[in-house]
Order: sequence, then structure tokens, then C-alpha cells
Amino acid sequence: MPRTVFQEFTKGLWAEVPPYRLVLGLCPTLAMTTGVDNGFGMGVAVTFVLVCSNILISLLRKVIPKNGRIACYIVVIATFVIVVELLMQAYTYPLFLQMGIFIPLIVVNCILLGRAEAFASKHSIWPSLADGLGMGIGFTVSLVILAAIREIFGNGTFWNVRVMPVSFEPFAFLVTAPGAFVCLGLMLCIMNILGRK
Amino acid sequence: MRDMVSLFVAVLLFSAVSGGLLGALKEATEERIEYQQLKYVKGPAILGVLKGSSNDPLADRFKIRDGKEERTVYVGVFGGKANTVVIESSGRGYGGQIGLVVAVNIENDQLAGVGVTTLRETPGVGARVKTESSFASQFRGLSLVEPVKLKSEGGKIDALSGATVSSRGVVAGVAVASDVYKRLKPEIVEKTKSLKKL
Repeated sequence: MPRTVFQEFTKGLWAEVPPYRLVLGLCPTLAMTTGVDNGFGMGVAVTFVLVCSNILISLLRKVIPKNGRIACYIVVIATFVIVVELLMQAYTYPLFLQMGIFIPLIVVNCILLGRAEAFASKHSIWPSLADGLGMGIGFTVSLVILAAIREIFGNGTFWNVRVMPVSFEPFAFLVTAPGAFVCLGLMLCIMNILGRK
Repeated sequence: MRDMVSLFVAVLLFSAVSGGLLGALKEATEERIEYQQLKYVKGPAILGVLKGSSNDPLADRFKIRDGKEERTVYVGVFGGKANTVVIESSGRGYGGQIGLVVAVNIENDQLAGVGVTTLRETPGVGARVKTESSFASQFRGLSLVEPVKLKSEGGKIDALSGATVSSRGVVAGVAVASDVYKRLKPEIVEKTKSLKKL
């Protein structure tokens, strides 16, 4: 039975949420979740690129030659990533400074190429848009949750605002790279327990 | 063979379209990006050396051709007179170039302040040229008639102990700015005057 557009949208939020279910896009998931602002910014940037590239690739799926499709996808994705980079430099410069190298690295984020190859190249525009939006929002929410855990317990703040009492001793391990792996592992574990049938 | 040609044409078209699009976008955002960089990277240092000015030095800026280079000059208004200009320069430190903003009073040719924008010096050692305000404040009021030098080299600036290379880098950068100022002074004065009328 073909899925409806709405189902294509919601699958990205739970059943196939990128970092936890598909285990894709781990580089930004680990690197950009030291603070909620970074995680949210990364999520929004990826969502924008994902929606745009999904739409364009879906529109052009009949034109793109089968042998050269990956090259074409990368060109499309890279174009939108540079658009995001320029817009961030122009309008949210402090966030751009913090995210630095991880913005250009969105190009090689597996979620984008994965959705282009597995979905947008085989479906029409509306399901592709819904798929991109759902996956993007799922990715953003995942990043924000992971970042919230790391920032609240690792630094005592949420979106740079102190939420823990002053007497709270921050568990600084969580904001380091190994802490990211541990947090991600625990999240995967929780997701698997919740999703067990 | 047909496959090869269609592949070639497709990638060529994709690249051409995206190249054109990005070129246009870059042009459209260039001015805003420049202002953002000013505001967040150089801005705090420029406002620091022009503390107390009654205008926005980041907006009151102009460019001057200096040989092949183009230099940006920021103007500070004090007591109703546009009498202080900020010139960017840099000097070689221990870990790389130390970026500086150097404020000069155009009425008496004295240094009005020196601020550090970017540096890659060792934290806690060379990086103190930026964090210890007592170092940079030594430059204030020095006349540019005589060359700016460290005390060990016959000048007036005390190097930070343990950070001689970084201190020397800052002094060298100030000397560069001083040269630029002397070379371009007529143009700077003229452009500052015309800016004030706006």
C-alpha cells in the first residue's frame, strides 16, 4: 500500500528519525551538540538543505542521467550548503563563527545523499518535500535533545541561560567528545527500549 | 558513448547553473557579510581604542588605495571633531600574525590607542598582549615623530616578561601602521573632512 504524504512526513519524526534509527549524520550529531543553540542551528541548516535538495532532485529525477546521478546530487547539495553558509554569515554571524567548519561539512552528511538517492530520485515532489521536512525536523529535534542533556548536565545551562542551581557542579565530561559518544549511546539504548515490540 | 555525453552535459549544466547562482548570491550578501565581520571580529577592538567617541566608527569608514593594497580607515569623533583615525595592521608574533587596530590623533600625530583583534599566541603567555590592558595602554600618547620601539631596543615600550616575541610583534605592527599613516596622511585628512560633512 503506498504511503500518504502525511506518513512520509511523520516517519522522519519517529520510525526513521535519522541519528537514532538510521544512525546517519553522526558527525554533526556528535560535534555540534555541546550547546542547544549550536544543535538547533545545525538542525535548521540541515533541514533547509534537505528540503531544497529533495525538491530539486525530485523535479529533475527524469533529467538526471542514471550513471552520473551521484555527481549531480552532490552539486545540488553543495550549492544549497553554500547558500546556507553565505546567509548565516550575513545574518547570524556569531552562530557561523561557532559552527565553523561543520557548515561546509553538511555536504558530506549522509542524510542528504541518502534521502536524495533513496527517496527523492524515485518520488514526486510532494512526498519528497514531506520526506525532507520530516527527516529535517526529526534530525533537529534529536540534536536539540542530545544538546540539552549535554548542556544542562555538562555546563548547567540551557541555551546559554543558567538553569541549574549555583551549587550544581557541572559534569564537564559530557561536553567533551567522549561524552558525546556516551550520550548518543544512551539515547540509542532508550530509543531501542521504547521502540521494542 | 551516449551515456558518457549525457553525463558530461548534465554535470556541466548543473555546475554552470549553481555557479552562476552562487556568484550572484555572494555579490548580494558581500556588503552585509563585511559589516558582520566588522561588528563581531574587529568591531570590539575598534570601539575599544575609540572609547568615548560620539559617532559609530564602524559606519564612518572609508577606503584608501595604498599602492596595490586597499586600506580601511575608521573615524572617531571626539568633542565634535573627527580627529582620530583607526588603521588596521599586523605584526609577526610567535604563533603567526597578530592583527592590530591602531588609533592615531590626526591633530597632534600621537597614538590614541592600540587594540589586538586576532592572534595565535600561546594562551597565558604571548596572548597576554591582548588580555593585559596595561601593555597596550603604554602606546597611548606616544608621538609618531620618533619610531615606536621596545625599551630593550632604545624605545619606550616595556615588553611583557616572558612574551618578548609577541610584544615585539605588536610593536612591529604599530610601526607598520605608523608608516602607513605618515605615507597617507594628506589623503586621510582630506577624506576624514569630507566624511564629516555627511
